[in-house]
Amino acid sequence: MLRYTINRVLLMIPTLIGVAVLVFFLLRVVPGDIVEVKLRGDGGNVSQETIEMERKRFGLDRPLIVQFADWMIGMAKLDLGRSMWTERPVIEEISLRLELSLQVAIMATLIAVLIAIPLGTLAALFRDTWIDYLMRIITIGGLSIPSFWFGMLIMLSLLAFFNWLPPITFTPIYVDPVANLKQLIWPAIAVGYRYCAVVARMIRSSLLEVLNEDYIRTARAKGVFERLVISRHALRNALLPAITVIGLEFTFLIGGLVVTEQVFNLNGIGQLFVQSVSRNDFMLIQGMVMLIAAFYVFVNLIIDLLYAWFDPRIRYN
Amino acid sequence: MLTKLARVILATAAFAFAAGAAQAQTPKKGGTLNFAISAETPHYDCHGSDTYATLHFSSPFYSTLLRYNLNKFPEVEADLAKSWTVSPDQLTYTFMLHDGVKFHDGTPLTSTDVKATFDRLRNPPQGVISNRKATFADIESIETPNPTTIVFKLKAVNSSMLDHFASPWNCIYAAKDLAADPNAPKTKINGTGPFTFVEHIKGSHVAGKRNENYFKQGLPYLDGYRGIFMLQAAAMLNALQGGQVLAEFRGVSPAERDRMVAAMGDKLRVEESSWTLNLVVVFNVEKKPFDDPRVRKALLMAIDRWGGSQGLSKISTLRSVGGVVRPGSPLATPEAELVKLPGFSKDIAKSRAEAKKLLAEAGVSNLKFTLWNRNLAMPYTPAGVFLVDQWRQIGVEVEHKQSDTAPYVSALQSGNFEVAIDFNNLFNDDASLAMTKYLSHKGNPLNMSRSNDAEIDKLYEQQVRERDPGKRRELIMALEKRLFEQGYQQPLLWWHRIVLSHKTVMGWKMSPSHNLGADLADVWLNQ
Amino acid sequence: MSLALPALAAPRIRLWRGAGDFARAQPLGAVSFVIICLMMFAGIFCTWVAPYDPLNIDFASILAPPSWSHWCGTDAYGRDICSRLIYGSRTALVIGFTASFAGASIGAVLGIASAYFGGKIDDYIQRLVDILLAFPLIVLALVVVAAFPRFLVGGIDVNLIAAIAIPIIPRVARVVRAAALSVRVMPYIDAARAAGYSHARIIFRHMAPNVVAPYLIMLTAFIAQAILAEASLSFLGLGVTEPTAAWGLMLSGNAADFYREAPWMILFPGIAISLAVFAFNLFGDSLRDYLDPRFRV
Repeated sequence: MLRYTINRVLLMIPTLIGVAVLVFFLLRVVPGDIVEVKLRGDGGNVSQETIEMERKRFGLDRPLIVQFADWMIGMAKLDLGRSMWTERPVIEEISLRLELSLQVAIMATLIAVLIAIPLGTLAALFRDTWIDYLMRIITIGGLSIPSFWFGMLIMLSLLAFFNWLPPITFTPIYVDPVANLKQLIWPAIAVGYRYCAVVARMIRSSLLEVLNEDYIRTARAKGVFERLVISRHALRNALLPAITVIGLEFTFLIGGLVVTEQVFNLNGIGQLFVQSVSRNDFMLIQGMVMLIAAFYVFVNLIIDLLYAWFDPRIRYN
Repeated sequence: MLTKLARVILATAAFAFAAGAAQAQTPKKGGTLNFAISAETPHYDCHGSDTYATLHFSSPFYSTLLRYNLNKFPEVEADLAKSWTVSPDQLTYTFMLHDGVKFHDGTPLTSTDVKATFDRLRNPPQGVISNRKATFADIESIETPNPTTIVFKLKAVNSSMLDHFASPWNCIYAAKDLAADPNAPKTKINGTGPFTFVEHIKGSHVAGKRNENYFKQGLPYLDGYRGIFMLQAAAMLNALQGGQVLAEFRGVSPAERDRMVAAMGDKLRVEESSWTLNLVVVFNVEKKPFDDPRVRKALLMAIDRWGGSQGLSKISTLRSVGGVVRPGSPLATPEAELVKLPGFSKDIAKSRAEAKKLLAEAGVSNLKFTLWNRNLAMPYTPAGVFLVDQWRQIGVEVEHKQSDTAPYVSALQSGNFEVAIDFNNLFNDDASLAMTKYLSHKGNPLNMSRSNDAEIDKLYEQQVRERDPGKRRELIMALEKRLFEQGYQQPLLWWHRIVLSHKTVMGWKMSPSHNLGADLADVWLNQ
Repeated sequence: MSLALPALAAPRIRLWRGAGDFARAQPLGAVSFVIICLMMFAGIFCTWVAPYDPLNIDFASILAPPSWSHWCGTDAYGRDICSRLIYGSRTALVIGFTASFAGASIGAVLGIASAYFGGKIDDYIQRLVDILLAFPLIVLALVVVAAFPRFLVGGIDVNLIAAIAIPIIPRVARVVRAAALSVRVMPYIDAARAAGYSHARIIFRHMAPNVVAPYLIMLTAFIAQAILAEASLSFLGLGVTEPTAAWGLMLSGNAADFYREAPWMILFPGIAISLAVFAFNLFGDSLRDYLDPRFRV
């Protein structure tokens, strides 16, 4: 297990370096120049010298490879540099927004998992009955209804029926939990539906698979009480694929809430992505991409280790 | 539809009544005002900005020398200056400043601070951007005989000078801040305005609290305020309806107004005004085939402004058909003269037939191009959709490209476009200010069409120095004619401003420009 | 379920019988297939099907409620929503099909190559797949849309298709590789190699047919995802732009402003997206159950 773990951890490094190379050089292909966009962005009368000076100040006049090396060295020291737009440290720009996005993602996960486990289990147990069909339609609905549209409908219903709307500025949960939940529960529900659908489907299909396996049949044949079989053997093994899906969906949500954030006017990571790309704020985009990639790689590591823990075959392969 | 209209009229009438009553009521102190700002400023420096996003953010923290009296617009009144005199030859302007004014950090304000500010405006040091360099080019010298007196000497008579001194963009900064770092105002706030800076949460809001040492006795009324960035109109309207924000001071469309009136009834105040703001159709004369005046003229002639104005005024903030000067203002070209100019004909069928002929003559019957536009929902998107439709009707295929403000302005300035929708954002009805956009590109970065036309420059110069209003109007009309015949640029439609606020918000004043009256000093909450 | 394998082995001969079997085994799948066909019909023949020109501005009938002349009402420009939905189905289907087809095909080729060659090549491809998977989708989409000059083919933005297709590649490559690996160890592949057949021949003649099932299932599943992605990007103003008719775009801008006066402006486009994605998801699901019940996407 230790050797496998070390191997897996080492594999993370080339992936992260690859992401760094890809994001760095991909961004340089984007037309437009941060300095021009920044200085000329609101119609200012700017001389070419000022632009050259500013480029120099940001170090943009150096060869690309030097800029890249500089950035990588900074990252090795856990320094993501400064946003070229606001000139504040990237970490500082990200942290507040990350707090919000992370919280929405966690709440959506809780909602999804709490509903998905009973839903998926019931559907598997009552396979091909009306319960299964109903669950299938509900979950495919979750996969099909765009979460931003669902979010719009939630907002407008709150407004139309209760003449009430969630607060519009973010209060951290440790400052005022009520105000915080009042704001973030709605987007969490909007994205939670789709999330729940994905997880419930996975639970159903892996449960079905496990229920057909020999040792479960043996257990049943031996007359162990049906409920015990499900909770002890089946659910535990069926949970692995479900955990995988939960992990992947969770990492996706952190950076992927863009549209939902727009609908609910949330100041999250997704909105920051869109803004920074339109402003060519490379340092900020690079910082966020690395952060999310690192998150993804880490979650994957955990999932792989879990698999290896449960299934020794993987470890020795 | 009729009932809706009636309700709107009722609401507006109710407002007039409430406004009358408001004058009689004594303002109450206290409370925090939450209002929406539909854009977030990239920096805090008024001097280097052209967007209201900076003003709605920074104005409460700063003072200006003079300002507009919004009760008697476009009359000018004192702000930091207690009083002022203009010499008979109109070449010397002397301002007496208030005593005992303090910056938020405690430093007293003197005439040296005002001088440092205006030196930065007219002659920015290396690395500093001032968008008012041209407007203050006529200043020869600035003298400070004593700490509360400042004297401006001009090179030549300039009929717009007082307006320039009242411009909301001339925030007064502290000389010592500027000496330490000429770019300090971009990131640091230290003014003499009614509110002091509390926080700016990026992507969320700006907050200010009452400046206890404000030099105007008893002001401001509010304890503080929060300007919340709401980039989506839908989210903003919802928040206004739900009471999360109490006002938005830029403006909304009539359709949005109707929705809010229907939803909120008499809790909502509606204020309307014409707007010193217009959209401009710009052709890049350096790109083929737009170097050909026939092509430009044909495209302008295909636009049914009168019909478009009727339709667009229902769903967008666009409304009046006008020339280069705001319709309804004293120097504006009357409608009878306007309809003779290309692009303003009321017989659109004939105009379009002619346009097609012109395109055929120029050899570009199957014209295809990209229209650059800002991705602001109001009113840029409706204007773009409208233009694409208008040009489709003479067989021209247009691709509509909308992008964020920064890359859009940057593309326009660097000339990386064929045709674009530009804007002319003014803060008063001064004709010279309105026409600077059309002066030759050489030395005038505001002209996005990159045209150079000596005749337009000459007419402009003549009208600046002309003191007789009648003759001045003739010169302006001549300039207009030349501009539209050549078709470098042309105003599409002028805007109409509708501001919505909860009735509890008192003391805010409506004006034809969203750049004015943003300092919130007189605003109070009737709770 | 046992019908699946013979139907696959000789798909051409038993196409019709296969369709009949499929409809009997998967009634929900058949229904969704009908919905898909209707949408395709509307999309392909939109010029004849649509009652109005979707771009035609009519200020005289702004925000008209649904009626006999405007089945789904009109929008803020007086444009017929029904016609815009019909034209929008073309946009959605073209982008959905091409993006999914391109992404799934490139992914399948990479996956098979990875499994067939193994060793270094497998390593390299797997690293590339890892990198693409770790890369935030939205940045990839934003950059691809912004980075390259817009390239329009028949009014459809090729950048947009690429932006949606690229994230599909690593996901399909993974699954196809796994499926192909199980074939790779079969003796007949070694036999073919020993017989001196070219790599291309072995891959296309012997390995490809065995990964057809996962490929088809993922293809349909990703069409649904691609339609959803297109709607989201257009909603953000990054995809299709006004005045082109597209479902996501119809929900953006001032659509939500008029939820009281004109709820049809946000209801119908949302329903259209949901229905299309629903149909493809359900069809993909049924296809999976029919072809390969043990396979999970």
